[in-house]
Amino acid sequence: MLHGFLPSLIEGAGVTLSVALASLAMAMILGLLGALAKLSRWRFARGLAFAYTTLIRGVPDLVLMLLVFYGGQVAVNNIALALGHEDYIDINPYLAGVLTIGFIFGAYLTEAFRGAFLAVPPGQREAGLAYGMSAWQIFVRISFPQMFRHALPGLSNNWLVLIKSTAIVSVIGLSDLMTRGQQAAGTTRQPFDFYLAVAVIYLLFTSVSELLFDHLQKRFSTGVRKGQL
Amino acid sequence: MNFDAIVENLPLYLSGALTTFELLVISLLLGLSCAIPLAVLRSFSGSWASRLIWVYTYVFRGTPMLVQLFLIYYGLAQFEAVRASPAWPFLSSAWFCACLTFVLNTCAYTTEIIAGSIKSLPHGEIEAAKSLGMSRWVMLRRIVLPSALRRALPAYSNEAIFMLHGTALASIVTIMDLTGAARQVNSTYYLPFEAFITAAVFYFLMTLSLVALFHKAEARWLKPLMPR
Repeated sequence: MLHGFLPSLIEGAGVTLSVALASLAMAMILGLLGALAKLSRWRFARGLAFAYTTLIRGVPDLVLMLLVFYGGQVAVNNIALALGHEDYIDINPYLAGVLTIGFIFGAYLTEAFRGAFLAVPPGQREAGLAYGMSAWQIFVRISFPQMFRHALPGLSNNWLVLIKSTAIVSVIGLSDLMTRGQQAAGTTRQPFDFYLAVAVIYLLFTSVSELLFDHLQKRFSTGVRKGQL
Repeated sequence: MNFDAIVENLPLYLSGALTTFELLVISLLLGLSCAIPLAVLRSFSGSWASRLIWVYTYVFRGTPMLVQLFLIYYGLAQFEAVRASPAWPFLSSAWFCACLTFVLNTCAYTTEIIAGSIKSLPHGEIEAAKSLGMSRWVMLRRIVLPSALRRALPAYSNEAIFMLHGTALASIVTIMDLTGAARQVNSTYYLPFEAFITAAVFYFLMTLSLVALFHKAEARWLKPLMPR
């Protein structure tokens, strides 16, 4: 079956998963910072976050990735040359992929987290304030744990889009699932079989993710009262 | 920054933008017109048609569009029967395969959006229609679809923007769309920043116009339904 290319595909699937998880970690940090900036009293931070989310959501991920990969190459070498470094430096496609996808989904998660923070009743924060907690303590102990439940549906949607977006890192030469599929298709001249196998692996990833998020949603909603229709 | 080469290649960008626009309009129009009947069938839950459509949307929403594009453009050529069939002139053209992939993909997402909107209709609207003695077809045409399509507008506007960004994948199968133009300029002059930023500006303007268009549509069709 699959002419012995199955181990290669599985290895590629590992790369895809690792790119997706690393990007998710970066996107969550950027998303949290973005959401806090959007809700801050500081006008400059609000403006910056607005520009970030608007610009990123207006441009295709493929174009941004090509910009980071090819543009980053030029920028890094110019900087290196200015610092007196003569050798040519290659940009690592893994790094370029993670940075780009993390940066893009940081913008989408900013919106998800902002809505979730707003869904926490203001009385919760005020109660923390009344106990004399610092802003950081209120964030860690009160706002963040309650906000996470509201952020889960948005997070799960964005994760599903993110893991599918990672397929485009094959364009900048990273040896991910898609690239492995292409190589196998080229060698065996059976493109349909291999792209179908790639599709099945992606479908497996998204299906398992959905089950996982359903489980998380149940856990984080324990003790939440629901209205009866 | 050196924008002389960009100015020189502006016609290339403009024709690329036109190609992107064509791809977007074709996929959205065909996708939406297929999605409406599918969404209606999908919302009769329990029927075999509904289950079949669920499988279709699940598969197309669970896999990357790039994989779908490769499966159709490169994959189908594997079969002798496809190459001998009268459809081969179409299936061997990158343009047709890109359009087919985009239509199938956006149709799957749109079907789920509209089906969700039909499912969450206020039950009073349907009961009122039934109490007036409307048949299923009349109720669908006069009450359910107008209301559901209006309520689906906000989610559909997101889908349209995702589709605009998705058309950039066409450049991977050699179509000279906006991204294709930028890639050609980059490989000819080796000006990655200028080439891709110009394409990004074009995409950004197109996104803004889409947002403005849907804003207008919502004000016209959705606002009157909302409680004041």
